Amino acid sequence: MKKYIDTGKKDTRSGFGAGLEELGKKNENVVALCADLTGSLKMDAFKNNHPERFFQVGIAEANMIGMAAGMTIGGKIPFTGTFANFSTGRVYDQIRQSVAYSGKNVKICASHAGLTLGEDGATHQILEDLGLMKMLPGMTVINTCDYNQTKAATLAIADHDGPVYLRFGRPKVANFTPEDQNFEIGKAVQLTEGNDVTIVATGHLVWEALQAAETLAEEGITAEVINIHTIKPLDADAILASVKKTGCVVTAEEHNYLGGLGESVARVLSTEHPSPQEFIATKDTFGESGTPEQLMEKYGLNAKSIVAASKKVIQRK
Amino acid sequence: MRKQILNHTTMANTTQLEDFVTQVRRDILRQVHKVNSGHPGGSLGCAEFFTALYQEIMDYTTDFKMDGNNEDLFFLSNGHISPVFYSVLARSGFFPVDELNTFRLIDSRLQGHPTTHENLPGVRIASGSLGQGMSVAIGAAQTKKLNKDKHLVYSLHGDGELQEGQNWEAIMYAAGNQVDNLIATVDLNGQQIDGSTDRVLPLGNLKDKFEAFGWEVLEVKNGNNITEVIQGLQDAKEKTGQGKPVCILLHTVMGNGVDFMMHTHEWHGKAPNDEQLEIALAQNPETLGDY
Repeated sequence: MKKYIDTGKKDTRSGFGAGLEELGKKNENVVALCADLTGSLKMDAFKNNHPERFFQVGIAEANMIGMAAGMTIGGKIPFTGTFANFSTGRVYDQIRQSVAYSGKNVKICASHAGLTLGEDGATHQILEDLGLMKMLPGMTVINTCDYNQTKAATLAIADHDGPVYLRFGRPKVANFTPEDQNFEIGKAVQLTEGNDVTIVATGHLVWEALQAAETLAEEGITAEVINIHTIKPLDADAILASVKKTGCVVTAEEHNYLGGLGESVARVLSTEHPSPQEFIATKDTFGESGTPEQLMEKYGLNAKSIVAASKKVIQRK
Repeated sequence: MRKQILNHTTMANTTQLEDFVTQVRRDILRQVHKVNSGHPGGSLGCAEFFTALYQEIMDYTTDFKMDGNNEDLFFLSNGHISPVFYSVLARSGFFPVDELNTFRLIDSRLQGHPTTHENLPGVRIASGSLGQGMSVAIGAAQTKKLNKDKHLVYSLHGDGELQEGQNWEAIMYAAGNQVDNLIATVDLNGQQIDGSTDRVLPLGNLKDKFEAFGWEVLEVKNGNNITEVIQGLQDAKEKTGQGKPVCILLHTVMGNGVDFMMHTHEWHGKAPNDEQLEIALAQNPETLGDY
């Protein structure tokens, strides 16, 4: 089985910041808006290098989204930055009407998604954002897994014409995807080959899925790990091809099982190739304070849970 | 084509503009009557404003491009007054006047509330869910500055709409960041769906509020007098480029031009029946030709 090496832990939000900094040099139409979280979103480099293209809007996310929609008129490509909670639920109607329905080329970039935000607790740990965003017609939804991929995705979405939700996180996590990767929106990345179970993972859970696959291999179970960085449009072909081979699937995400990646995969399988599926996700619950590791353990979002779910789903074949 | 206006040579050929306004009123009434839905009250009250904007004030092309570079832009925030917007866009050359026949019908570009989704020329943002247009206008104005485009951005907002909090985020932003290429007009008709604004949720002294936030504020006492509206908009243009966003408080009468629709919120979102339409149209004789 192919092994992946952690080249040193880094936060995905810094990947966003690095990508945005590079975009600032490469594309003069890129502008950035931030709602009083410049440091947390790692937008300082862009702000310092291009102050005329950086818009500090204060703690006013609704105005930020509306402004971003307006800034596209005249050819700018706005990147908005705030926490995932304030990027989605707080401004859902603004995104729906002024961005999605109006077809505006806005990139909604959201950090501190999910439980791994940690100690701030449930008020800030949104576990519903992927569902909210994927339900909007025309919205592209991306959830990257590490620093390198987040940087690559940030660069790629600037070249995509249309609204995008880019979700990433707070903690330092394994950095294992190639530095020079070509990020293709909507294209799954198969990380390992296997015959017994397909593991479809997104975001921080991709590394956990790889750890789970190694553990399963020690027990003679081969797992095919697929990194679904794009939740919408979903690469149904890649998922179907793998599940047709393995006969079962575990989906893994740092999100509520209602509305998340797992349900998107279930929709594809139920219509095309009904197969047993287990969901690694939060089960219709809010989060709480704690360290990221403690929370991922308590809510069953780690390699150990993926191993258990894989064994269970194989039994159900 | 650069904008089609009635008379390039004299600014105030008032009779021609008043005829245009009267025809717009007929268009509004006939659109909402046909489908027995829509919002005639606020639309009628703003006929002079739209006429002034598109027939006198703004520099634009009807060869519509979404980016709108090197032309003035307009954003309608209170999208429910789409009948007046559609009528003036059509009669200014953005799309065939006959298309007003399709208002609110299935497969129409003239949706109940304006949208970019059907590629209707002249519309640059969807609106209807209230309170979002000021932010959009500010964003467009900031892009004009980045592009070194000296043209202006205009927007229109209902008075009741100012109850939406997002407006005040936008109002604070525009002043704090010297967005002085924006003229935001508030349609002060004092009415909203459930009654007068004073009864539903008092707006207080809007002039003081905008000024306290750092805006330049002008008032047009009779927003249903075309000459006064044009003068107000010209005065507002004079105030742009001086470090402050500009607000026009436009005093209008909801339902203006149809006696039984005036001074009441009852016709906010109700269409006239056949008999009422006949009376209303008789008060507004055909001028430019019905569609």
